[in-house]
Amino acid sequence: MNSILFIIILLYLLSSAGYIIFLFAQKKIYHKLSYSIMMAGFGVHTVLIGVEFFQIGYFPAQNLHQTLLFAGWSLAGVFLVLKYRYRLNILGVYAAPLTTAIMIAAFCVPAVAVAPTPLFKSLWLILHIIIIFIAEGSLSLACGTGILYLIQEHAIKTKSNRFFLKRLPSLEFLDRTGYAFIVTGFTMLTIGLITGFIYAQIVWGRFWSWDNKEIWSVITWLIYAALLHGRLVAGWRGRRAAIMAIIGFAALLFTFFGVNFLLEGHHDEFTKW
Amino acid sequence: MMNSQNGNGEPADIPKTGPEMSEIVLIGVNHKTAPVELREKLAFSGEETQNALKLYQKTPYINEVMILSTCNRVEVLMVTDNRSHAIEAILSFIAGTKAIPQAQLKKCTYIHSGTRSIQHVFRVASSLDSMMIGEPQILGQLKKAFKTAVNQKSTGLILNRLMHKAFSVAKRVRSETGIGGHAVSISYAAVELARKIFDTLDGKTILLVGAGEMAELAVEHLIHNTSSGNLLVANRTLSVGVELANRYNGNAIRLEEIPEKLKTVDIIISSTGSPNYIITKAHVKPTMRLRKNRPLFFIDIAVPRDIDPAINRISDAYVYDIDDLQGVITENIETRNAESIKAERIVDESVIKFTDWHERLDVIPTIIALKNKLNGIAKMELSKTLQTLKHLSSNDQMAFERMTASLIKKILHDPTLFLKNPGSHRNKSVYLDFTCKLFNLDKERDETIR
Repeated sequence: MNSILFIIILLYLLSSAGYIIFLFAQKKIYHKLSYSIMMAGFGVHTVLIGVEFFQIGYFPAQNLHQTLLFAGWSLAGVFLVLKYRYRLNILGVYAAPLTTAIMIAAFCVPAVAVAPTPLFKSLWLILHIIIIFIAEGSLSLACGTGILYLIQEHAIKTKSNRFFLKRLPSLEFLDRTGYAFIVTGFTMLTIGLITGFIYAQIVWGRFWSWDNKEIWSVITWLIYAALLHGRLVAGWRGRRAAIMAIIGFAALLFTFFGVNFLLEGHHDEFTKW
Repeated sequence: MMNSQNGNGEPADIPKTGPEMSEIVLIGVNHKTAPVELREKLAFSGEETQNALKLYQKTPYINEVMILSTCNRVEVLMVTDNRSHAIEAILSFIAGTKAIPQAQLKKCTYIHSGTRSIQHVFRVASSLDSMMIGEPQILGQLKKAFKTAVNQKSTGLILNRLMHKAFSVAKRVRSETGIGGHAVSISYAAVELARKIFDTLDGKTILLVGAGEMAELAVEHLIHNTSSGNLLVANRTLSVGVELANRYNGNAIRLEEIPEKLKTVDIIISSTGSPNYIITKAHVKPTMRLRKNRPLFFIDIAVPRDIDPAINRISDAYVYDIDDLQGVITENIETRNAESIKAERIVDESVIKFTDWHERLDVIPTIIALKNKLNGIAKMELSKTLQTLKHLSSNDQMAFERMTASLIKKILHDPTLFLKNPGSHRNKSVYLDFTCKLFNLDKERDETIR
């Protein structure tokens, strides 16, 4: 397993290097190459997770190692699809290294064996995990797009940094793409939370149990809901939308990791290590 | 070695060359050799070009010809067997039809031939010879000129290939160097910046404040890039504004209406002579909410400035004044100059390749190569045969050798005569190229030339 993981990391690393070269050299060939390498890495990655799923018989997101592995997979997958859809090549500079970092973290965290319980086999749980992770993937890309927006906006305002001005796409394009990522992510997040509640109802007999994870999930959801509402009603676009996308993602990260490490709740076992 | 191109190649007195060689010759004037008054007179309209091509086709010694006429250059490119006659014919024709004294014309004319002419064509196509290095129009103009000539059937093997190579060199230069990458005039810089704010300029509304010449210059390129955009012109004298607006299918408004219109416009270009700010922060701040924070781009080309620079501090509003734009331009010009060195290298490489091909189309080396090829085959087959016939005396062996030699001579007799003179109406180059391909002579030719 470890050697396959090593190959995956190597491919993502190569892809990251390619995207960084693309940032400087601005030749199409580099981003095309990086995209293909990333796709290859994603292919091997899919096989790895598939094999693990098959071997242990339940969805492999039960300890921190598996969770990170799946987080990397969903980020890479979401990036590959959304980049194809929206043609925001330069976003690879953000997505590829981030994926690589997650994978390296997964590599460093030992896999702790978790006693399988019948609870893990529920279809609702699998749906919940997959959908939530797709949401997290697109919302992290929205955060990346927001960062690119702020860099480009700063370059145009200050008139000093021609390096980024030349290399990044237009503000309107970044804004629109970021918005599309948030709509995708928010929709998935909503569906993911609903499937989670249904699963809770099946397992614990109640939709809502005032668990820390649940509370923070709803807080995160509210931040994104506010962002979308503000955009539609009051025209929160551009700079403000970019900053909100970054704040939203920070809240998401806290819900994902922070709650498990700092607070207590019923998702604890999924980040055991 | 080929960088010293600045238009004035050789003087217009032409040395004689033998009638055997067909060579590429380029005669022209450009912005470096002739003042605009002369270039205006010399320019060929589409119809004039066609007529001139028709005439040149009938002129003896001119095998292939095309004419490129733009506002910065008039050039005649041709393939000729007798350059002095051809050049004389073309110069006297131009001097005659354009009513310019030949002496005056000759003074501004540059004539390139051989490698120099190939290089010149490639440099023109790649926009290295342009007034504004890297400007993109020239390639389109050259393509159009070539198309006109092709429709007239006035080009042949050599010019067709030369032009296709020129187009691909230009494409390489454009994609491999940053020569055409960045704006080098105020209006282009404004468009470049606008494109970094707005994804597309289509459908954007432009407000022009002040209807002066500067403003018009700046707006022209911008309008060109917005296929379905609107133009509003605000001017102190409404009638002047109306006149300018009509020219671009826009509407004129009064200066007092500007704050109101800020809600709907996207790009504002200001160039009034006003000593005070026309648009202040107090005008813009409240409108941003009404605009739902859609970006607003101010281009201030007035001195003293019309737009309060403090507006740049408002979120989603961007202000560039004339110095900011100038800064962008200066940096872009530096990049272009640096990139043009790379471009010259690409051109030179391609010139060498093309010259190589063109030289292959000479009669003598082709015949020698053909002879060498046959001799080589004969020698090898002869030695194989003689090895099995050991009983032959040396006299008998020599008889064999003599026989093969005269065989080759006889075989080559008719082709040689034909290649040297394929008939007055036929294009020699086509047959030379064909011969090389038929006998696969490229390797032999290389050895012959060296």
